[in-house]
Amino acid sequence: MSEEVLVNVENLRTFFYTEDGEVPAVDGVSFHINRGETLGVVGESGCGKSVTSLSIMRLIPDPPGKILKGSSITFEGEELLTKSDSDMRKIRGNDISMIFQEPMTSLNPVYTVGDQIMEAIELHQGLSEKEARKQAIEMLNLVGIPSPEQRIDEYPHQLSGGMRQRIMIAMALSCNPRMLIADEPTTALDVTIQAQILELMKRLKDELGMAIMLITHDLGVIAEMAERVVVMYAGKIVEEGTVFDVFADPMHPYTEGLINSIPRLDGAKGERLHVIEGVVPNPLAMPQGCYFNPRCPYAMDVCLEEQPDLIEDEGGRKVACWLHSKDRSGVA
Amino acid sequence: MAQPAEAIKKQSYDGVDDLVVVKNLKKYFPITGGVFSRIVGFVKAVDDVSFTIKPGETLGMVGESGCGKTTTGRVLLRLLEATEGSVEFEGKDIFSLDREDMRRVRRDMQIVFQDPYASLNPRMTVGDIIGEPLEIHRVAKGKEKDDRVRGLLETVGLRGMHARRYPHEFSGGQRQRIGVARALALNPKLIVCDEPVSALDVSIQSQVLNLLEDLQQEFDLTYLFIAHDLSVVRHISDRVAVMYLGQLVELAEQDELYENPAHPYTQALLSAIPIADPEIQRTRKRIVLEGDVPSPSNPPSGCHFRTRCQHAMPKCAEEKPPWQDIGDEHYVACWLHEE
Repeated sequence: MSEEVLVNVENLRTFFYTEDGEVPAVDGVSFHINRGETLGVVGESGCGKSVTSLSIMRLIPDPPGKILKGSSITFEGEELLTKSDSDMRKIRGNDISMIFQEPMTSLNPVYTVGDQIMEAIELHQGLSEKEARKQAIEMLNLVGIPSPEQRIDEYPHQLSGGMRQRIMIAMALSCNPRMLIADEPTTALDVTIQAQILELMKRLKDELGMAIMLITHDLGVIAEMAERVVVMYAGKIVEEGTVFDVFADPMHPYTEGLINSIPRLDGAKGERLHVIEGVVPNPLAMPQGCYFNPRCPYAMDVCLEEQPDLIEDEGGRKVACWLHSKDRSGVA
Repeated sequence: MAQPAEAIKKQSYDGVDDLVVVKNLKKYFPITGGVFSRIVGFVKAVDDVSFTIKPGETLGMVGESGCGKTTTGRVLLRLLEATEGSVEFEGKDIFSLDREDMRRVRRDMQIVFQDPYASLNPRMTVGDIIGEPLEIHRVAKGKEKDDRVRGLLETVGLRGMHARRYPHEFSGGQRQRIGVARALALNPKLIVCDEPVSALDVSIQSQVLNLLEDLQQEFDLTYLFIAHDLSVVRHISDRVAVMYLGQLVELAEQDELYENPAHPYTQALLSAIPIADPEIQRTRKRIVLEGDVPSPSNPPSGCHFRTRCQHAMPKCAEEKPPWQDIGDEHYVACWLHEE
């Protein structure tokens, strides 16, 4: 059961067509999420991790964005990219839910939090207002909001950041989705509040058995929460593996650089931080060959010419790097 | 200015060679309400804070949003006027200085802001941004100024030709370098770094942190490094102060603070940060604090942290815990550590 694939993304390409040209925000990304599993997606700003999640939800604004032909996203075996808008609306919230980074801007300031949670419940489950209110209170209770009977009639501005994120989670979970996409859910929160929310997400995942796609730039959060991790760079997956493998022995130079460049809480002062030289490439002018080659300390001739494929090794780890390709001609 | 620096140091507070001495600093912001905008209360952003900064050291200041760390930094530079208390810089009480004297002192104390997008004027070229302090303080002008600006840009890892460009042409990390160059322009002694890397991606963050460390060595700088990220603060600081709701709760050398945190808040804060190593992270015990930080306009009586503290005793509600040294300049304000 736990190994069963819930979501499968195959060769996803989401491009944006801007005045300045074509931006390949997500360029040929393939991965899957198993039932009940937490998949971490890491990468720096602009690497395409949020666009990937919005593509799964079919929330890419078109225009300027477009999911290209040949892409496929299946949920429980059903293709999402060919679904009608109304079918998609049923899936959002009911089967796949999403929480965002900014709990303030994601809530409507002119409605009480109760109204906003109940709207989803009434819409998706067809419950009466009274029943929906009861369930909303239960949800608030579930996410650890004290005195939910009073809180339900309050407005977002009356709540703290941590409370608002709890409300967002309550709303996202109100219809028992099988998958939760959490896009930087704790980035805007203080560490002690982040700790509360992470504990809450772990508890709810165990209780409700849902899968979580956790998008974050914080490797600490990934280390704590995820079972498997996908590392993205410039719209592509550069590495994938279990969280223990990837952190203990990162195979891609970018992953290695990322892990080494964070100051450690258990590290000493004065030791020099590892640096990934340079900056993320401009998506309008990607470098030839491997996108990471201008910043890579190990770049070879082949890296400047040809893009490496994401190749799986015997242990089930995947990496897109010529260093790990036995056959450097590019055929695995 | 007539006195050599050595002489000023010698007269300073208690004979200790501190560059900055902050004593009982308070900053209250009035809350107005009603039709006549009467003052109905105060937000006690900084409420009786005392600490010192030694020359050449980096004092880290951590705490969660709203704890008053940024306000402390700004009051210390007199960008905001304090409500009470004093700040001595090289032995001079800067709150008693007049405009002209203050302007002179400002050359020695600079700031780097958090948001590299908002803190650079988009209509000025980078050269004008960095050169402005040189002009205002009449340090250099014309060709000499241009040369200085080019030198500063190279010092922070950019190129001299960047002086003619505008801020929008630069990435976040590069902009933060420009902010650092501007702060360096007048050869300051103290730089207040207010969350200088919080807005940057991790790979860029490490570039800027390394730069700040190099500059400190090269120019003998003293930093007050304000941040909410405890890992970053540990990396760069010699001593670390922890703030909670307008007050300092603990201050110690960085190893001591991180290895032996004495205040329950520091302990919880440290345990809350996920370590980027699944082997370690999944076996750590975490202290999860209940609830949120109370409102600074109506803080709890006695110890401000008592409402979230698992060790709270009746005494904590009655009286504010004293700021005491529990050995080797490890200061803590907590009744658990009362002799």
